[in-house]
Amino acid sequence: MAEHFVDAKYLQCPGPITKLFNKIKEIPSGDIVVIEVTDPAFKNDIAAWCRKTKNELISLEEKDNIIIAKIKKA
Amino acid sequence: MKENKKTIIVFSNDMDKVLASFVIATGAAAMGDEVTMFFTFWGLNVLRDPKKKGKGKNLLEKMFGWMMPKGVNKLPLSKMNFLGLGPILMKYMMLKKNVQSLQEMLKQAQELGIKLVACSMSMDVMGIKKEELIDGVEIGGVATYLAEASEAGLNLFI
Repeated sequence: MAEHFVDAKYLQCPGPITKLFNKIKEIPSGDIVVIEVTDPAFKNDIAAWCRKTKNELISLEEKDNIIIAKIKKA
Repeated sequence: MKENKKTIIVFSNDMDKVLASFVIATGAAAMGDEVTMFFTFWGLNVLRDPKKKGKGKNLLEKMFGWMMPKGVNKLPLSKMNFLGLGPILMKYMMLKKNVQSLQEMLKQAQELGIKLVACSMSMDVMGIKKEELIDGVEIGGVATYLAEASEAGLNLFI
C-alpha cells in the first residue's frame, strides 16, 4: 500500500480537487494520498468530494494555515 | 435521471460568467461526473480559435466576426469592463492569486473529458463556422441538448 503526495498549496478552487482526482485515477485501489492545500474551502470540499466519490477521508488537519488531508482510494 | 451527469449552457461570453461555468464544470468532472457544456449565441466566442479563419462568410457575417471577441483570451467582463482594461486587471489579479486562467481551464476541461458542444443554429445566425472553432468541439442542436439535460441531475444556464 503506497503513499502518494500531492502538493496543491496556493491553488485555488477547483485546482486542489482536480489535482487530487487526477492522482486518484492513476493509483491502485487501497493506496493513500496525502494532499496539502491552502484554500480554506478545502476542508468542506474534501469531505464532500470523498462522500461523492466514495473514497475514504482518513484524516484532516490544519497546521500553519496548511490543510493536510489523507485519503484512501476506494 | 443520472445524478452523475451535469449540463451547462454557456450563453454569455462575459469572462466572469464563463469562468464560473468552467469552475463548476471542471469541479463536477473532478467529482467523477459526466459533464456536457453547450455553447450558444455569445458563448460560441469562447470556442473560437484566434489562429483559425472561417471560410465563405458574407459581409455581415464578417462584420459580426470582427466585432465579437475571438477566443477565450479576449472576453470582456460583465461589470467594470472599462473598454477592455477591466479584463486585463482581472487576469492580473487571477494570476497573482493563483486562479487558473480561462485558457488553462478550457484545456483542463477537455483533458477531463468534458464534452463541448456548439449550437448549430446560433453558429449559423452569427456566421461562426466550424473551421474557426478549437479542436474537439462537437456540433449539436436543441435535441442533443434536451436529451442530455433530461438525463442530468443539474442543468445551468449561464
